Amino acid sequence: MTTVFRAKRILTMNPSNPEATHVAVRDGRILGAGSLDDLAVWGPHTLDERFADKVLMPGLVEGHSHTMEGTFWRYVYCGYFDRMAPDGRIWPGCAAIADVIARLSERDGALEDPAAPIAGWAVDPLYYGDRRLVRADFDQVSTTRPIGVLHASGHIMNVNSKALEMAGLLRPGIDHPGVPLGEDGLPTGELQGPDPMMMVNTLVGFDRDMLAGDETGLRQFARLCVRTGVTTAADLASLLPDEAVAMMARVTGEDDFPTRIVSLRRFHGLTPAQLIERAVELKGQSTDRLRLGKVKIVSDGSVQGFTSRIRWPHYVNGKNGLWYITPDELREIYTLALAQDVHIHTHTNGDEATALVLDTMEQALRASPAFDHRFTIQHCQLADAAQFRRMKALGMCANLFANHHYFYGEQHLTKTVGPERARRMNACATALREGVPMAIHSDAPVTPLGPLFTAWCAVNRLTAKGKVLGAHERISVDEALRAITIGAAYTLKLDGEVGSIEAGKRADFAVLDDDPREVGRENLKDVGVWGVVQGGRVFAAADI
Amino acid sequence: MTAPEPPAQIPLTVIGGYLGAGKTTLVNRLLRRADGLRLAVLVNEFGDLPIDGDLIESRDGNVINIAGGCVCCSYGSDLMAALMDLDKRDPRPDHLLVEASGVALPAAIAQSASLIAGYALDAIVVLADAETVRAKGADPYLADTIAGQLASADIVVLNKVDLVPDSGRAAARDWLSARAPHARVLETVEAELPLAAVLGSGAERLATPESHHDHAHDHHPDHHLDHQAAVFTVDAPVDAEALAAALAGAELDLVRAKGFVPGRDGRLRALHVVGRRWRVADPPPGTRGPGRLVCIRFAAAVDTAAIERLIAAGG
Ligand SMILES: [Zn+2]
Repeated sequence: MTTVFRAKRILTMNPSNPEATHVAVRDGRILGAGSLDDLAVWGPHTLDERFADKVLMPGLVEGHSHTMEGTFWRYVYCGYFDRMAPDGRIWPGCAAIADVIARLSERDGALEDPAAPIAGWAVDPLYYGDRRLVRADFDQVSTTRPIGVLHASGHIMNVNSKALEMAGLLRPGIDHPGVPLGEDGLPTGELQGPDPMMMVNTLVGFDRDMLAGDETGLRQFARLCVRTGVTTAADLASLLPDEAVAMMARVTGEDDFPTRIVSLRRFHGLTPAQLIERAVELKGQSTDRLRLGKVKIVSDGSVQGFTSRIRWPHYVNGKNGLWYITPDELREIYTLALAQDVHIHTHTNGDEATALVLDTMEQALRASPAFDHRFTIQHCQLADAAQFRRMKALGMCANLFANHHYFYGEQHLTKTVGPERARRMNACATALREGVPMAIHSDAPVTPLGPLFTAWCAVNRLTAKGKVLGAHERISVDEALRAITIGAAYTLKLDGEVGSIEAGKRADFAVLDDDPREVGRENLKDVGVWGVVQGGRVFAAADI
Repeated sequence: MTAPEPPAQIPLTVIGGYLGAGKTTLVNRLLRRADGLRLAVLVNEFGDLPIDGDLIESRDGNVINIAGGCVCCSYGSDLMAALMDLDKRDPRPDHLLVEASGVALPAAIAQSASLIAGYALDAIVVLADAETVRAKGADPYLADTIAGQLASADIVVLNKVDLVPDSGRAAARDWLSARAPHARVLETVEAELPLAAVLGSGAERLATPESHHDHAHDHHPDHHLDHQAAVFTVDAPVDAEALAAALAGAELDLVRAKGFVPGRDGRLRALHVVGRRWRVADPPPGTRGPGRLVCIRFAAAVDTAAIERLIAAGG
């Protein structure tokens, strides 16, 4: 059974056959792309013309997201920016604190139990001037139920008095850098960093086991993928206990599940040797739509949270961040992984963390020589040109956090690393110039899922206030489109299967309203997404 | 009807230090010597089983039950949840040990634990491998982390001293004195330390009204270990805070001082000193006089005369 899809245009991302009008599909895979005449060689077919006025691209590949984005939508969206929910509804951004309060009050009114908690997410007081959120704000919503709203960065939560009281934190004498106190000597309601937040997480309704695997969240995440043209998404990362793997295999295996999920095992709770053993075991459980066996390691914290490891001159306040792994463990993991062909992705934000990864990689490669390992540095935000040259020399890939400038760029200019380094953050142009295989990502839910938006960020490098940050690191539209397709596929070792439209590959397409190369670089993010074709199955955003 | 007393705070000791310094060895030693004390141990992860096999009674996911009522839990990325769970355990532990991961800052862990009213920080103990600490401390990636760990220590355990020549040991001590100038430095082999030094709990048992100026060797299960204890009776009221601060002074070089002393108002106060750290609190309900105090020093005799003078001067 052969289907030929006709489109206004097909951007194949295959350099030897860059454009086509038709693509033939059989058994979920591509027979070929070309003119209708070219495809006659495959014999009888059904001609599907529903995309006759659409532009097809290879299904987009999100190389760093978290299926948790799907989970978050059960909480109240309190972000400053408009954001699309899995059901397609665009939630308007909260322009002022009063809007955040109003939105929480709306949920309050819908709850019968006066003690039931309310959890919200994505609030960003940065956009509300110097005024910080305090517990009195959310006390206006309710004094009988605990309320907690996670900041967009994920590193801070604001709560009401009831939540503080239930957590035992509404008392004098608290002495913790992450718990600011008001003039009354009591916590203001802002809880910074993981430990203070953990005190209230479950109380306000954030499920402690959220990360262990959430079926509804996974389904919601897949809906968002369809709406954003994504057919393959990396989930970085989970603990992947057997129950979670079984659930994910079952759900992704359903006939109408629209996304290929690449789920990485986070390094946690195991020794390096156990980790690699588990990765090999997981690899064997992979299916077409659930790819397992890769590993994620977190080496440092976040730039805006002041916890990333940054080389001299460090943060502009002279301080440096935290290590989340010992160099010895990192070396052991790399060495074992290279020997056993386990693919490692390492989170670094600061350039000192990147330096450690490069040094460690060099030692590990000497101990376990390997070719085509494609160890990938995730975020890699502050790397300089010399570091990109070393990545190239060591066979490493970079997946840069292009969305970051838009949301956090202004802060980096003045508060974290200062203008020069803020301008070279996520240096896409340098990475490409130095020959490093590169992808760009959203890190959803930290920023919204949407590779075309991510591409727009890398192409324009605008902050939310409209300032260009790092004009010399802007890349072309073609380069950005490559990064969100074959580029990201390469970092996942899937470029032989997905990332371009060519014979033998999976029939994964993003169905777009316009040709992203023709809308103008400033409009890239606004290209409409009709839906996707995944493994030859058609999914319209309107019906998902 | 009277309001129920809030439950006594559980003393908490943070055990820090880089990989391989002997944290796990120390934890196992303490569990082996717990001697009726319900110790709870929080470890970062169970990757390499942190507890000697013969001590384990049963295991249930993130909790290992240990002979004698002790328990070991892994906290992973959720230290606070583990601390809150432990606080609700019945019976509550008598003392909590938190083993920090190799690059964690023990002071940050102590600060986070302080958010839970059920815990009172007893001490930060940082282990250092006599063979490697200087090299790790000079590693450009680790220098500030290791310096931060040491600077927060009340007690530094300079471990594995048998593996270095005397000159190396002296050099390591020198190096440490610049980075942890206020901490007591205890030299050990295979993290062999008296329970009383780390937990102060053996000390409590020594501080009974009957014993006076006794050398630890007579009474204590740690008898083969190299430490000295002296017991003092405190009859007259003292300024408990001032006395505690003085006992924490570097000159006396005490690892521990613990006991109950009559305050200025005549009420008994509980006094805890660990190295340079001290705190004064209300004693457990039902504690009666006379005031008594036990002081422990490592590898040298307690300066009893100096301490008698402090007590006589009223703190
Ligand atoms: Zn991430």
